[in-house]
Amino acid sequence: MAREQDFLEYVQSGGAVETEDWMPDEYRRMLIKFVEMHANSELMGVLPEREWILRAPNLRRKLALTAKVQDEVGHAQLIYRVVEDLGKPREQCLADLISGKSKFHNVFHYPTRTWGDVGVIAWLVDAAAIISQKALLRCSYAPYARIMKKICWEESFHILHGRDVILTMMLGTDEQRALVQEALDRWWAPLMMFHGNPIDAKDDPVVQWRIKTQGNEEARQQFLDGYVPQIWELGLTVPDSKLRKRDDGVWEYTEPDWDELRSVVTGHGPMTAERLEFRRMSREKTAWVRRAILAEAA
Amino acid sequence: MQERLLAIADDELVLGWRNSEWTGIAPVLEEDVAFSSIAQNEIGHARALYQLLSDDADALALDRAPEEYRCAPLVQLRLVPDWARTIARHVLYEAADELRIERLKSSDDRAVAGLAAKIDREEVYHRLHAQMWADRLRNEPRYREALDELWPYAVAMLDHDQRPELVARFDRHVPSNTVLRSLERGVLVEDWPALWDEMTMVRRSVAGATW
Amino acid sequence: MIFEVFRRERKGQAFEHAGSVAAPDLAFAEAYAHEQYGRRGESAALWVVPRDAIHEIDDFPDELGRNYHRVDGYSLKVKLAEARERAGTTAGDR
Repeated sequence: MAREQDFLEYVQSGGAVETEDWMPDEYRRMLIKFVEMHANSELMGVLPEREWILRAPNLRRKLALTAKVQDEVGHAQLIYRVVEDLGKPREQCLADLISGKSKFHNVFHYPTRTWGDVGVIAWLVDAAAIISQKALLRCSYAPYARIMKKICWEESFHILHGRDVILTMMLGTDEQRALVQEALDRWWAPLMMFHGNPIDAKDDPVVQWRIKTQGNEEARQQFLDGYVPQIWELGLTVPDSKLRKRDDGVWEYTEPDWDELRSVVTGHGPMTAERLEFRRMSREKTAWVRRAILAEAA
Repeated sequence: MQERLLAIADDELVLGWRNSEWTGIAPVLEEDVAFSSIAQNEIGHARALYQLLSDDADALALDRAPEEYRCAPLVQLRLVPDWARTIARHVLYEAADELRIERLKSSDDRAVAGLAAKIDREEVYHRLHAQMWADRLRNEPRYREALDELWPYAVAMLDHDQRPELVARFDRHVPSNTVLRSLERGVLVEDWPALWDEMTMVRRSVAGATW
Repeated sequence: MIFEVFRRERKGQAFEHAGSVAAPDLAFAEAYAHEQYGRRGESAALWVVPRDAIHEIDDFPDELGRNYHRVDGYSLKVKLAEARERAGTTAGDR
């Protein structure tokens, strides 16, 4: 169709799409799915971290971690608003999340076991996320690109906080250093899968519509380039003997288990069922509040 | 004075801890963000008060044995995921706390008076928030029941001479002396040991470490 | 209800659209906007407005190409060259 072709050319040459603009059905559908997954991920990302707020070993860390998790909830709010303005109400999104119909990123399906995880997540998982988020600043759908500015700005404190937690532990006792290494050993595989399996840009409709402006492998290479040196300079080891930077600047690594990624993201991660059940139960217990709030709505 | 400040600090620490149990699971996302700020403020107030009492605020906050804490039973109660009781506690606590902060503002100790004034300015937002919810839920039976249930706890939280003012403000009956004695500061309720354990577990895991 | 939020980052700057919050009434909307857009002191001020109080206009027809009131309607190069030649003040003589 001519109109769809014009639209494709428009976004591919950097055109911005606003909420009231005409858009092809496929673009809208793809956009909603992509943005909804992001919102779901921010919301589910809260669950592995919230327990550690309660266990924080000093008051400053308690405050910082509470603020970090608050930001994640805030990001979920911003992103669900974008989805709602595209036509899918928040309640529907949350129902689909809980029923398993919609997805969230792999890293939030795994358990957290120690304070070491708190540091590794804030430093490295947030770093992996911010790489994708910076690329989304150029998303063709302008309302989403605009909220990414606030999100990226807030994420920058998360990474510093994470690195501070790690550095403090690395300068501490042998036990603390062991906590960091052990957490890194567990989180490395999920981190390597975070940006998704490599897909050719021409085969990725999300890239063709300029919803995503960076390929998965490009994001992963950026992550490795930025953070492996930071990991190694602390004397930590990465649990991948094949990991090295070639002379041409490309990082080589053991191929992640893409079957595991697919399995996890389709709802079979170690913590998926438990966390979705927790969400479902919390929503059920507070449903009356939402009804009370709507009762007198003008 | 030291005892009074420690009591308030412990109340703010534990209430902040309890309120942060709602992180990620509040009824509405916007409320989740707002309520988290309140929890952070409370922890911040506790920290500032501990800093008046000790060079090592973290040690004072987190290194005591469970029976050494001076928090009131009201803040020890585990209320999540019950939003009605959470808001009832929020409303009652803010009112009682306002009375004792007012008293601290006129302390002879300038550091105490100054901190009390700062805390009071931050609490304005908390009180507005509590009032907003109290208005919204005023006809909800479970909220009214929660207020009835937690009322004696709020009265027991205050020093004896400030209790009449709270009673007048809420226009409610004074709980019996028996009930008030069972809820006095120093009483540690059933929910307390689990809270203390979780709050201190990482800190205790590597004694003396810097985090 | 949806409320739009505008923020002024610093005095001297204009209010800019920042986002929106869902709330049952204006009091809640203000409380929510206050935290979502100002908890770090990142805004000097906020405007909170019910979405349906905002009226958008986006239709600006200019079918006949009216450039008489715009800078791009004025090209003086040729006339200026002729005028200079007439006055004998072209670049070479100056």
